[in-house]
Amino acid sequence: MKFPIYLDNHSTTPMDPRVLESMLPYFTEKFGNSASRNHAFGWEAEEGVDAARKQIAKLIHADAKEIVFTSGATESDNLALKGVVEMYHEKGDHIITSSTEHRAILDTAKTLEAKRGVKVTYLPVDKFGMVNPEDVRKAITDKTILISIMFANNEIGTLNPVKEIGKIAKEKGILFHCDATQGVGKVPVDVQEMGIDLMSFTAHKIYGPKGVGALYVRKKNPRVRIAAQIDGGGHERGMRSGTLPVPLIVGFGKACELCEQEMAAEGERLLVMRDRLHANISKALEDVYLNGHPTQRLPNNLNISFAYVEGESLLMGCKEIALSSGSACTSATLEPSYVLRALGVGAELAHSSIRFGLGRFTLDEEVDYAGKRIIETVTKLREMSPLYEMAKEGIDLKSVQWAAH
Amino acid sequence: MAYSEKVVDHFNNPRNMGSFKKEEDGVGTGIVGAPECGDVMKLQIKVQNDMIVDAKFKTFGCGSAIASSSLATEWLKGKTVEEAGKIKNTEIVQELNLPPVKIHCSVLAEDAIKAALADYKKKEDGKETIK
Repeated sequence: MKFPIYLDNHSTTPMDPRVLESMLPYFTEKFGNSASRNHAFGWEAEEGVDAARKQIAKLIHADAKEIVFTSGATESDNLALKGVVEMYHEKGDHIITSSTEHRAILDTAKTLEAKRGVKVTYLPVDKFGMVNPEDVRKAITDKTILISIMFANNEIGTLNPVKEIGKIAKEKGILFHCDATQGVGKVPVDVQEMGIDLMSFTAHKIYGPKGVGALYVRKKNPRVRIAAQIDGGGHERGMRSGTLPVPLIVGFGKACELCEQEMAAEGERLLVMRDRLHANISKALEDVYLNGHPTQRLPNNLNISFAYVEGESLLMGCKEIALSSGSACTSATLEPSYVLRALGVGAELAHSSIRFGLGRFTLDEEVDYAGKRIIETVTKLREMSPLYEMAKEGIDLKSVQWAAH
Repeated sequence: MAYSEKVVDHFNNPRNMGSFKKEEDGVGTGIVGAPECGDVMKLQIKVQNDMIVDAKFKTFGCGSAIASSSLATEWLKGKTVEEAGKIKNTEIVQELNLPPVKIHCSVLAEDAIKAALADYKKKEDGKETIK
């Protein structure tokens, strides 16, 4: 086994060597600008881009012409929200989203509220982190121009009922944007069947390169229009100017092709490993709580709170494993995960949460080792925890008058 | 963020981790912090003839919080009650090389020391009145 072990695949993924191989010629030999129409270098680059566009479109059941390249999912989210608000401001000024979206959506929505007077409804989620489609329906007004709900949550892996939401959006004639950064390439995503009009996703979460993403923009039924947020040479049908990063796009295409071919088998393998990790931990330790949905979740995601142990100290205790925590101490804000808080998870358990993100290159023995080390470290830290001691003495921690600081 | 060597050392080899019986004679207990804030420290001192002869801690919190309380117990041992009251959080920051975001861990440790001393004094004063 090689150390450190990487179990943070929701954050980013290593590039698949097959992806790297597909990219290499486009750095040196086929270096042309895909917008150069008058010579072979440009044509060659354009062919690379066109092929990638097809590979990407195929994975999400879209048409190649509906793919707009961006620098990543954050830009795609910005472009979708800001682009729709600017284009359709005469139709209305109301957006519906949810409280557990990624910051790229929430912060963009906040900016639109502050700078453009847009009204935003942040829908609550249930205790598993799921948006109720009926809540979406009830939030719709005659001023609603966009519904933006994520496909899968980046912390807890909960899958939203996207198809139901898409159906409601269609019924009401409102555009539906989906941030599918964590879903694409992991589980089947079909923009036709799911009624998605705009969709953000990125290459580096699916074993492709960092620095390239896409916004799917529906071309018919309805034809979606967005106002460009970056002006220039009119690339990407005028929606996103800037010379295309051809090698990255070629890699993105290859990454999508591999996902399309291997997703089903990979998903099954990850699910078995993930469930074994969960079972091992639950068997060995008391007072562990699963965050997120028990079944409607990404196959590679496990998010657990270990009562009486603070998350950052747990990560520090097994630092040969790369993991992530919802503890405030791992962020700059001093607030624990807003996603877990939105589920109704208490602040103390949010501080105690650990996210495991398995991936294509995760090995069985790595997962088993990680489980063993987590169990050891939790046991050690509980011995050190005054909360565990109090709980063992039968003191109800909720009844204690804590001096909050 | 990388931890300082001293924080890592205290985290991996905590000094004086454990508990005294609260009701034991000469024992002062301070519990500060709150679970929802992500850190709770329990610091205990054992005093004989105005001298702290032993100290113990238990901490729920990040590595820096654990290290701060572990260090505090080391410093408390051998000090008089009066000397112990003069330990400042800034000294802990310096010793452990804590970054600005972790200063609150040292503040909590200072609070825990003060709370343990106050508890000890309260118990002693209680004895006086009984006499």
